[in-house]
Amino acid sequence: MLDALMLSRIQFGFTIGFHIIFPAVTIGLASYLVVLEACWLKTQRQVYRELYHFWLRIFAVNFGMGVVSGLVMAYQFGTNWSRFSDFAGGITGPLLAYEVLTAFFLEAGFLGVMLFGWRKVGPGLHFFSTFMVAAGTLMSATWILASNSWMQTPAGYAIIDHQAVPIDWLAVIFNPSFPYRLVHMSLAAFLATALIVGACAAWHLLRGTDNPCVRKMLSMAMWMLLIVAPIQAFVGDLHGLNTLEHQPAKIAAIEGHWENTPGEGVPLTLFGWPDMEAEKTRFAVEVPHLGSLILTHSWKGQFPGLKSFPPQDRPYSPMVFWSFRIMVGLGLLMIALGLWGTWARWRGRLFDAKMLLRAACWMGPAGLVALIAGWITTEVGRQPWIVYGLLRTAEAVTPNTTAEVAVTLLLFVIVYFVVFGAGIVYMLHLMQAGPGPHSIPPSASGDGEERRPARPLSAAPDNLAPDNAALDGRPGPGPADPTSGPDMRTR
Amino acid sequence: MGIDLALIWAVIILFGILMYVVMDGFDLGIGILFPFFGDRHDRDVMMNTVAPVWDGNETWLVLGGAGLLAAFPLAYAVILDAFMMPLILMLLGLIFRGVAFEFRFKASEARRHWWDKAFIFGSFCATFFQGVTLGGFIHGVPVANRVYAGGALDWFSPFSVFCGLGLVAAYALLGCTWLILKTHGGLQERMRVLAKPLTWLLLAVIMVISVWTPLTHPAIAARWFSFPNLLWFAPVPVLVLLVTWLLLRSLTGAPHAGPFLLTLALVFLGYSGLGISVWPYIVPPGITIWQAAGPAQSQGFALVGALVIIPFILMYTAWSYYVFRGKVTQEDGYH
Ligand code: HDD
Ligand code: HEM
Ligand code: HEM
Repeated sequence: MLDALMLSRIQFGFTIGFHIIFPAVTIGLASYLVVLEACWLKTQRQVYRELYHFWLRIFAVNFGMGVVSGLVMAYQFGTNWSRFSDFAGGITGPLLAYEVLTAFFLEAGFLGVMLFGWRKVGPGLHFFSTFMVAAGTLMSATWILASNSWMQTPAGYAIIDHQAVPIDWLAVIFNPSFPYRLVHMSLAAFLATALIVGACAAWHLLRGTDNPCVRKMLSMAMWMLLIVAPIQAFVGDLHGLNTLEHQPAKIAAIEGHWENTPGEGVPLTLFGWPDMEAEKTRFAVEVPHLGSLILTHSWKGQFPGLKSFPPQDRPYSPMVFWSFRIMVGLGLLMIALGLWGTWARWRGRLFDAKMLLRAACWMGPAGLVALIAGWITTEVGRQPWIVYGLLRTAEAVTPNTTAEVAVTLLLFVIVYFVVFGAGIVYMLHLMQAGPGPHSIPPSASGDGEERRPARPLSAAPDNLAPDNAALDGRPGPGPADPTSGPDMRTR
Repeated sequence: MGIDLALIWAVIILFGILMYVVMDGFDLGIGILFPFFGDRHDRDVMMNTVAPVWDGNETWLVLGGAGLLAAFPLAYAVILDAFMMPLILMLLGLIFRGVAFEFRFKASEARRHWWDKAFIFGSFCATFFQGVTLGGFIHGVPVANRVYAGGALDWFSPFSVFCGLGLVAAYALLGCTWLILKTHGGLQERMRVLAKPLTWLLLAVIMVISVWTPLTHPAIAARWFSFPNLLWFAPVPVLVLLVTWLLLRSLTGAPHAGPFLLTLALVFLGYSGLGISVWPYIVPPGITIWQAAGPAQSQGFALVGALVIIPFILMYTAWSYYVFRGKVTQEDGYH
């Protein structure tokens, strides 16, 4: 079972699963920073400036992690999927090259100004840099999603000498599933970030740290959820309809739907366990006709079941069935949280409703979990194809030995947990320190300030007590540190 | 179209790799030299000399990978398959070292030594496995039916291990002479003393590789010693000796930028010698750049982006080196 192919899949899934967390937060925070800076420029209210600098540091560390984990991704296609690279490199290669070039362009120009230029360039230029960084992260996402979407729904190509050759780049990029995936993924990044911001605020409020910054964070996060979570569900529905058109086997697997009964609508299976051997879904809890309603928008509409595909063309249903339900379930919880927040706000109790704050805290990681679950649905649901209908995953894998892949996988797991674990703990400690006047950089100190390099990670402070604790693995902020702001002391 | 896209891309990628070797070489070298300088403050200074630039240096590596996939998918597939192990070990080394770089400054006194060790270990691993890959690459990669036809451990041979160690020596010298340029006082003096044996070591490495390569690789020997090629080659060893002599001379007295520039020249000579030995093969001994080329539509499309953005990156790089020019002392560390 654990052959080189399976291990390669696990390795790819593991490395990209780690990578995607960082870009998602990068995308979300970059846009959030644009909003904060715009509000600051417009209103000149201190809260916005403090929040901007607070989240900027977390952004910087996160961006650094995104870059190092991305470095590995650029090589994974060759080390693990060499025959895929040979077959589809002519199409995915240039798209990937554009992603990397976009990221470079960003790093080269605007990131430095954004991170270190607060006192060196005028407010207009600084805002422009922040804006360009945010636009750049979205552009970067556009390229990589174009590549992934092309693998899901290939278009604009011809097969010449066993290689996919681009015929029409516009058709390649704007392939049928691309627009849906781009919107859905971007919104996912925004939601994931809003939930993290909200959880950070809720945590501080629960610990009694109440200041305008913390309130503003919670309020903005709740507005974001209220508006974006329902849109995400709507977009997800459209995405599903599009998938039904282009990848019907994936939808059948997601729904755990095996066959149609002539003349009857398809029920929606809420829960159950799709059994690939027995070709049925065990322990199914069904709602009659709802499947038809959602996917065909009619009472008795039908769509293909898994039995209409030959067994070797069926995706492994239990995995996508459940990952999809985790994503949608969390999506519904996000909508609920948004509504709850609005209700509390209307009653004037947004900042002291304990239950709500606790829920917001718990929902902090939900966006990232839903995002990963969504990708698992998409990618595992595409199986057994790597390029849908053109190249099978089993034919794409590098002919490595099992031992080779096992050893490298083990090394990846160890190194990633140590390195990115430390990075994540560090970011959590930055969040724990909380926003406040101390998060604004000290005034320009002549040469020293001038010499500050334009590197993401060094934007984070070195001298906060919690930071050191972060890297020592000691729990919690140490004894009160007079250099960090006053607000975090109040328990 | 009349434009040889494959050639242009080969030049871009060769340039990218050269940029990488030149720029990441010296900062990896600093990690390799770390064990010889135990003092906390010396280490801080050493790190501060590269702190502003190291991650920009590594981006060339990403560009190399993505460029290869975009322009020469077949070469990308075969090379990464053949060298999966050493390349992954190299990447993991780079991750470790990159993160250690930052966290070292933020860690408490008691924990700092762990990040120091990670930095040393990561730098050494990354360099050694780059050299191993290079050695394996010179050695040649068997291909059948467009896929790599060798075994999982083919990259591991006495020759490739020697190349790995040789590259460690080369990067150490780059790091050492870089520090001569960027520091002063006692630290600079100790670097100057260290540079001499390192230079001799590197010269020995170059000589061994120049003898070993043709002896064990008849195809390369044939390229070297056949007639017009010989003319191309003749200047390389002469120049190597000349540059080494100049380098050793520049180490006496009060050296500044000289040793570093001469070391760069030495590395460049080695790189071009290698280039002449394999050109125009992108996967020696069998696949040329034209055979490995992806579809023209792909090469052309990616070229547009590369030509727009690479000059921008170069300008920015030059600018940041300009901003951070001058000696680094303990006080004006970047943190
Ligand atoms: C939806 C967004 C998204 C997705 C799906 C991916 N990435 Fe990514 N990636 C980004 C969004 C992003 C980003 C936000 O643009 C990053 C984060 C930090 C940065 O510099 O750019 C990035 C960085 C980044 C880098 C580092 C660039 C640098 O050094 O600056 C590389 C090489 C990759 N990615 C490669 C990949 C590969 C091979 C992927 C898939 C297989 C992938 N990324 C998925
Ligand atoms: C609540 C209702 C939601 C519905 C109906 C929905 C629907 C879908 C569907 C059908 C897919 C698979 C598309 C395919 O590959 O063919 C998908 C993928 C995905 N979902 Fe959702 N989704 C919802 C909520 C969410 C939420 C809340 C998040 C994250 C915060 C999220 C993140 C993702 C991601 C990252 C993918 C993979 C990328 C993509 O294919 O777009 N989804 N979603
Ligand atoms: C350019 C973009 C992408 C490409 C070319 C790509 C390609 C692949 C490939 C080659 C595999 C292995 C075959 C397989 O077993 O499924 C895979 C699987 C997978 N990928 Fe992606 N992928 C991309 C983006 C993503 C992203 C952004 C994520 C985010 C988390 C992701 C998550 C996964 C997961 C979870 C698997 C499943 C591993 C498994 O089968 O167990 N992919 N993808």
